[in-house]
Amino acid sequence: MNDTPFSQIPQTKPRFSATFDPHTIAEIQRAAATGIYDIRGGGTKRKLPHFDDLLFLGASMSRYPLEGYREKCGTDVVLGTRFAKKPIHLKTPVTIAGMSFGALSGNAKEALGRGATAVGTSTTTGDGGMTPEERGHSQTLVYQYLPSRYGMNLADLRKADAIEVVVGQGAKPGGGGMLLGQKISPRVAKMRNLPEGIDQRSACRHPDWTGPDDLEIKILELRELTNWEKPIYVKVGASRPYYDIALAVKAGADVVVLDGMQGGTAATQEVFIEQVGIPILAAIRPAVQALQDLGMHRQVQLIVSGGIRTGADVAKAIALGADAVAIGTAALVALGDNSPEFEEEYRKLGTTAGAYDDWHEGRDPAGITTQDPVLAARLDPVKAGRRLANYLSVLTLEAQTIARACGKSHLHNLEPEDLVALTLEASAMAQVPLAGTSWIPGKGG
Amino acid sequence: MSSALEKTMEDTIMFDLAAAPLRELNEKLQTLPGGTNQTAWRIANPRGAHALAVGITTPVQVLIDGHAGYYAAGMNDGAAITINGNAATGVAENMMSGRVHVKGDASQSAGATAHGGLLIIDGNASARCGISMKGIDIVVKGNVGHMSAFMAQSGNLVVCGDAGDALGDSLYEARLFVKGSVKSLGADCEKKQMGAEDAAILSDLLQRAGVAAKPEEFTLYGSARTLYHFHVDNAGAY
Repeated sequence: MNDTPFSQIPQTKPRFSATFDPHTIAEIQRAAATGIYDIRGGGTKRKLPHFDDLLFLGASMSRYPLEGYREKCGTDVVLGTRFAKKPIHLKTPVTIAGMSFGALSGNAKEALGRGATAVGTSTTTGDGGMTPEERGHSQTLVYQYLPSRYGMNLADLRKADAIEVVVGQGAKPGGGGMLLGQKISPRVAKMRNLPEGIDQRSACRHPDWTGPDDLEIKILELRELTNWEKPIYVKVGASRPYYDIALAVKAGADVVVLDGMQGGTAATQEVFIEQVGIPILAAIRPAVQALQDLGMHRQVQLIVSGGIRTGADVAKAIALGADAVAIGTAALVALGDNSPEFEEEYRKLGTTAGAYDDWHEGRDPAGITTQDPVLAARLDPVKAGRRLANYLSVLTLEAQTIARACGKSHLHNLEPEDLVALTLEASAMAQVPLAGTSWIPGKGG
Repeated sequence: MSSALEKTMEDTIMFDLAAAPLRELNEKLQTLPGGTNQTAWRIANPRGAHALAVGITTPVQVLIDGHAGYYAAGMNDGAAITINGNAATGVAENMMSGRVHVKGDASQSAGATAHGGLLIIDGNASARCGISMKGIDIVVKGNVGHMSAFMAQSGNLVVCGDAGDALGDSLYEARLFVKGSVKSLGADCEKKQMGAEDAAILSDLLQRAGVAAKPEEFTLYGSARTLYHFHVDNAGAY
């Protein structure tokens, strides 16, 4: 018999299940209450093998570094050298990924164009067509050719500097898109030829081609429509990168864009974002292998995206074989998305700065993922463009810092040999040795 | 050959695709100035080539004298293009304005995503005719295949024969007129009462396409608009 008063007996602390963790339980409860899956914007939030799991081997006895701030380290990239009469020459290999007017406000699109232009890189339209503001403020503009063909027209096609045929995106390979009614403003509706205020669907397959043989003919048509001047990109979500990239090359792409599952989206099902596709770290080497097997590495340029945040990420992607990268989520953050400045309003929306992802609802306090004119007016496109330009400059400077430390006079001279991995997973995916060893899982030895 | 035809032929620019490449043809057609007097073109030996006569922005007449491959007259913006044969996938895709006339049959996705103009198909059209159409008028004198007018946003599709499965699936605001039978309707597509405005539109299209039929012989289909706002209770409709 224990006479110790109950209040003094040590109690088992509440313990959460690793399987049924608080988030999972809350989601079950939410699903039970509403009968519908969760829809949100952004990219995957789960922890994945990523560029953080790689490190560079700086120069030492066997390699000579370049002097920081003195010796030249080139950053430019030429895209579309395979067939296009007018390839694109960018000063930095960090480009802005496709995001639609509709998903984003007009001011946000203008700011993206301003920021990209200030540092000599490209920006990209999205599902919804090309706006005059975006074209006007973007020195180099890539025009997306999507299944919906919203806003697609011959005049804008010919105004573009490159054309990106979108097969898929990393956040939802195999999925279409959706833009909820609250974002179908009169202008968005007019551009897309839809009734105002309805929930708009974007198809997951192109309406007039299926498969790589058809795509080859579609690309021929696009070239014939534009006098063979413009580089033709093909964008795929990362799922089977070796075969997808090989087929895109076979179809005649000048540039292939590979988007990992960390890539963001304006809106889709949480289950899609978190459960479909593969991380960009796992996708780059098979894509590069496909290009090498076809004798097309550096002939067909590879742009990778999905979770690029720092100059180190840029340098690692290029070292693994990419020619350039694209950023989306990070660009929005640079514009002002999830700024602590709006914390009070984020709380009213049931979230907090840094976690806001209901981009589909059109109530973005930062005025970026909205069509509400009052909210959209909060974003000054000049100031936001300046912030983006600053951020893009930092990415480039950081990548240069690493490249010089590895003794490289151009970012494109970085190579897998400059990298090691911190984890077995990253070592296997990136096919670089585990740090301190010469061992790559699956490579024998 | 009659003298009138000879005179017409004299005024027509002949382009032989057996003797010169596709690029040369399209470049000539795409760079015609607005006031050109080269207003009539005949393309010989098309032999099923793809991307024929695409992206023309001047109101010229082009006769493709034979069968055409994929995307013939793609993104046409103002030209009157006749295909004296069959057309493969995506004829007049994304047309902005003008007129495209297929004398034979058309393959899949005829008039896909097109914003304007008139597409006439004397024969049958295969699957997905008028898919995602955005304002074009299409008159098919024969039948259309399955999933025609899928996600059609606006414009008018006239089918003088029968329609295949899932006509008008996920339809927005396009009008679908069918004279014959419809194998099945797609999600959110329903039969509508034809009003005076609808009948006038149909009558005009029949007249412009040279079809000797009356509007009252057709049935109008349109969107029930029940899927315009996602609701979980409609999930079974997809």
